[in-house]
Order: sequence, then C-alpha cells, then structure tokens
Amino acid sequence: MMILALILFPALMGLASFMTRRNDVRRIVLIATAIVHIVLTATVWLYRPDPIIDGWLQLDALGLVFLSIVSCLFMAAAVYAVAYLAKEQPGARPDFEESTLFVNEPEAVFVGCLLLFLSTMTLVTFSHNFGVLWVAVEATTLSSAPLIYFHRHHRSLEATWKYLLICSVGIALALLGTFFLAFAAGGKEAAGVPLVVSELIANAPLLRIPFIKVAFLFMLVGYGTKMGLAPLHSWLPDAHSEAPSVVSALLSGALLNCAFLGILRMTQVLNATGSGDFARDLLLVFGLLSVVVATVFIVAQLDFKRMLAYSSIEHMGILAVGVGIGGLGLFGAMLHAVNHSLAKGMLFLVAGNILARYHTKSIKMISGVSHDLPVSGMLWMAGLFAITGTPPFGLFQSELTIIRAAFDTGHILAAIVLLAALGIIFVGMASIILAMVYGSGTTSTSDKSPAPRESLYSVIPPAILCGGVLVLGVYIPPALNQLLAEAARLLGGR
Amino acid sequence: MHGIVSVIVVLIVITDFLLLSAGWLKSAIRVVAIQGLALGFLPLFVHQDGLSLRLAAIAILVIILKGIVFPRLLMRSLRELNTVRTITYYVGPMASLLIGILVMSSSLWWGNVLPLPDQTGYRLAIPMVFFTIVTGLFLIVSRRQALMQIIGYLALENGIYAFGVFFAQSESMLIEIGILLDVFVGVFIMGVMVFHISREFDNIEAGQLSTLKDWFQSRQGLVSKDPKA
Repeated sequence: MMILALILFPALMGLASFMTRRNDVRRIVLIATAIVHIVLTATVWLYRPDPIIDGWLQLDALGLVFLSIVSCLFMAAAVYAVAYLAKEQPGARPDFEESTLFVNEPEAVFVGCLLLFLSTMTLVTFSHNFGVLWVAVEATTLSSAPLIYFHRHHRSLEATWKYLLICSVGIALALLGTFFLAFAAGGKEAAGVPLVVSELIANAPLLRIPFIKVAFLFMLVGYGTKMGLAPLHSWLPDAHSEAPSVVSALLSGALLNCAFLGILRMTQVLNATGSGDFARDLLLVFGLLSVVVATVFIVAQLDFKRMLAYSSIEHMGILAVGVGIGGLGLFGAMLHAVNHSLAKGMLFLVAGNILARYHTKSIKMISGVSHDLPVSGMLWMAGLFAITGTPPFGLFQSELTIIRAAFDTGHILAAIVLLAALGIIFVGMASIILAMVYGSGTTSTSDKSPAPRESLYSVIPPAILCGGVLVLGVYIPPALNQLLAEAARLLGGR
Repeated sequence: MHGIVSVIVVLIVITDFLLLSAGWLKSAIRVVAIQGLALGFLPLFVHQDGLSLRLAAIAILVIILKGIVFPRLLMRSLRELNTVRTITYYVGPMASLLIGILVMSSSLWWGNVLPLPDQTGYRLAIPMVFFTIVTGLFLIVSRRQALMQIIGYLALENGIYAFGVFFAQSESMLIEIGILLDVFVGVFIMGVMVFHISREFDNIEAGQLSTLKDWFQSRQGLVSKDPKA
C-alpha cells in the first residue's frame, strides 16, 4: 500500500499537472506532492512496508537510503523550482550566451515531467526485480529528457539529444545484461528462478557463473553510462550545464544514485554467487578512472556548471571505489552517497542563483559574488569546502572512511590515487570558487543594476541542504547510522 | 517450425545489410519496419512448447509497435523535413557494407566458439543477434542525421529483443510490456527531438550538435549560428 502510494501519487499528480491550465495551481501541486512524498518516506522509515507483487517491489535498507536521498532532494528542489518558475519571463527572450531569441518549454510539461521523474526514481528504489529495475531506470531517462530541454535553444537541444541517445543506448546494453541474467538463471537446475534479488541470492548455487559475470559486465556498462562513470560520461557535463539548475541538482544528486543502485543490486547477486571480487575489481577500476578524468577536467574548467558536473563524475567514481574496496568502504560509500547528494544539490541550486544574477556561466566573467549576493556567496564558499571534503563537513568523514578502508584492505595504490586526486581537486576548485566569490565585481556583465534582495525561496533550500551536510559531518543520527550499516551489510560488508 | 525460424533469422541478417547500404532515409525506415515485423513473428515459432496466450499477445504488440507505429512516427518526422531525403554519412555505404561483412563473418566464427549452451538449436541465432546489435551501434556513430541515429537505436533494440526471444524465456509479460512501453516512449520523444532539431538547424544533421565543449573559449568563436557549417 505504502509502496504503491509512494510511486503512484507523484505520477498521478504529474499527469494532473499536464491537464490543468493554471500555473499557480500547478506550483502548489508540486510543493504538495513533495511534502506528501517526504512524509510517506518518513513513515516507511518507521514501518517498513511488506513486499508486493511477488517481491518485485519491496523496500530494503539499500533502497531506503536512496529513497530518502531522492525525497529530501526533491523537497528542496520543489521549493526552489517554484521561485525559479515565478522569475522566468514568459515569451521569447534573448539568450545569455548568444544573441538569438528563445522561449521556454510550457510549464505544464516541465512540472509534469518533474513529478513523473520523482515517480520513476521512487520506482527504481523499490525495484527488486531486474526487469522492473530496467524499465524504471529507462523511464527516468525519458521523463528527465524534457526537463533538460526547458530553455528551448540549440545548446540545450544538443545536450538533450546527447543525453537521450547515449543513455538509451547504454541502458539498452543493460537490458542485454538483464537477458543474460535471465539466461544464467534459466539453466536446467535453476529453471524458473525469478529475477528477484532475494530469490537469486537464495538460489545462487544454481546460477551459471560465467553468464552472471557477462550480465554484470553489460549492466555495469549500461547503468554506468547513466551514472556517469568514465569513460562513459560524455553526456553528463553537457546535460548538467544546459539544464536549469534545479534539474541539474536532481540529476546529479538523485538520478546518478539511482543508476548506481542498479549496479549495486547486481553486485549483491554476484556476492552471493561467490564472484564478488570480479564485480569489486571492475568497480574499482572504473571508479579510479572516473576520479582521474574528473580531476583533469575540473582543474582546467572555465564554466562553473560544467565544473560541478565533473565533480559529480568524481564523486560517482569515489562511490564506485568505496564499493570496490569493500569492507568498511561499503559503509563509507553509503554515507558518501548521502553527503554528496546534499552537497551537490546545494551547489547546483546556488549556481542557479549566480547564473540568474550574472547571466553567464563563464568563471572568468564573474567576481564579487559575496558582494552582490551575500547569502549565495556564503553558501557557494561553504559548498566549496563541503564538496572537497574539508572538515567539519560530512564528505570529510565519508571520504576518510573510504580511504582508511583502502589502506586497511591493502588497496594502497587506490588510496594514493584518491588522495592525490582529492588534493588536486581541492586546489582547482578553490582557485575557481574563491576568484568568483571575492573581487570587486566590476568586471561582471553590463546590467549591473542595484542588486535586488535574494528571494528566500532561492536561498533557504540550499541553506538547509548545507546544514544537513554540516550536521552529518559532526553527528550521524543513530537511526541513519544503523540504516547505512544495514545497507552496507546487504552489499557484503560487516 | 525450424525452417521458418531460419528464414526469419536470415531475413533479419539481410535487413541489417540493407540498413548498412541504404542511401535514402525512406528506404531505411522501410527496412527497419520489415526487420521489426520479422522480429514480431519470431517468438511464435521459436518456442516449441506451443502457442500460449502470453506469447501471442506479446507478438501482436511487437508487430504493431515495431512494424507499424515506429515506421509511421519516423515517416511523419521525415515528411516534416521536406528538404532532406538522402542519408549523409561519416562512413559511406560501401565501406559500411564491407565492415558489415567482416562483422558478420567474425560473429559466425565466434558464434560457434562461444560456450553458450545451445538450448534452442538455431546455430545462426547468436551471430544474427550480435550482428544486429553491432549494426545498430555502427549506424548510430557512422551516420550524420539524427533520424538515422534513431533507426540505429531501433536496430540495436531489435538485436537485444531477439536475444531475449531466443535465450531469456522467464521474463514475465508485465515486464515485457513495460520494456516495450519504454522503447515506444523513447522513440516518440526522439522523434519530437528530431522535429526540434530540424527547426533549429534547418536540417537534421546531428553532426551540427557540436557546440558543447569543455573549453569555453573555443565556443566563443562559434556564437553566431551557422546553419551551413
């Protein structure tokens, strides 16, 4: 019941907001749905719902971690989106970067897709059947593509096309992986094992190991494309930089995690068949590669939204490394997923404020943010320290846990690469962000009217997310700690 | 039964070659429609244990979607772009055919080598699946137009679906319908995007979608829209 409510309510509200003609009603629906979703999520924390449809949809600790991330982030994004939509001028208007005119997507499509996006991401967190999981992940791609194309100009069109095509092709390969899994589970002895995670784990000895490995490979490539693991990440910087900031926040903080969950589910099955090392080694390699690639592109970046996008690739890499290391690294990865989502969500929302004020994404053309936008400037600074893993923010804790686990389990090289990359990224991002925050602000664009006060709707959501990361750095609530530990146990941790 | 399946498998291989050598957008759409139809009939003959209601329902759905709805959608997008008719390439049709022959012969070879336990008895099945998937991927990267990339995606999806028909029979109907629904919505949205691309750039060359780069300065030179780049 609870499960269905969580999935279907946003979907129905999304369809409803396609129908209604009034923008104000639609915005209220958006906020209301976010509130209902977060309340329902809080309820399932207290009472775990029973599995439904033969265990296809159920909630375990792993799913709950990601469901909570999605729900919290969507709440913040919904409040921010209302302010954002109110500020968008109707009709054609000139493009920031080029002088051509463009219009916005109809708000009905935007809000409707936003809610459908929430619904499909929720479905991902509940899916225990690999077929349903595939359908849900592909549905997240389809419902988020129109969101990226909110500003109808040729750059966002290009970003959307790349996103749609690359992710669809990638996820098609994950479907091939799913079929291989069905084949692995369809041998003579194992005939009829349904593709449900728990059933596959219970019948692990009956599965045909080589084909399970092939299935994992295809799913890693498929869902890894969506998650943004290098070298499959090429869609990610474009989509994140061209989408409206509120959408970027959701893509980065929630969607990438959902794709990661797909890989984690398959890792669970591999662990049960005793070939978990195969999965871990692959994740380690892909993860480290992502971290290194992201480092190179962050340091030389000239566009601050792309910088954040590459930072997402870096952190997805860290998550993969954490799972690849195993042991304590699993707990670290779970904690890191929570921390990264909060921090990155906040950064993208603040980036939206900065973009709205300066009308450029070029780092070189912005200075004096702390003067023009005092609150956003402060949050932008805090975000820098949070995302680079400086104490007392939560990412410090989780990165430290992962690196310690790497040393403990003898992955010395991985630990060294991670430490070096994190150091370089800190310097790179600090030099970018500090230059933006300080300075007189005289070099910024021409329309330097006296700054209007920052609207509360646009600074409170990122501020709350920032508070969350800060609190997690100092104190992890016992309930969350327990949940993360349980999730890590599901993945084979202690 | 066995004979019919072999005919269908060979037909799909032929459509792959036709797709690789196609010079007109319209004929490529027709070919992919034929491939979809052939694929729709496949499950009816592959499963020896007779025709169940489930199989029939799925087959009808696949035939309607891949044989009729997708081609219609693509044809409609094509009609809206009343200037472009021919396919433009990064890799020409002759070279594509040669590559196709290489891929097909190599997949025939390793289709025999691969230790995939043969539970269906169709020796051509694995090479066909592999060839169709590679054809799809190759079309996506070697053709310039967004419309051809959709066709490549369809071929890729067809190959994967064929694999499912031969080797993964435990999927339940609800999931198969979900998969088809996703593919349908995907193709639909891609069709809409093609329409927008054609309006924005005056043609449907995905090759023009190349503004977004990492180095911001390289973009500064490109600020004015240049439709005939």
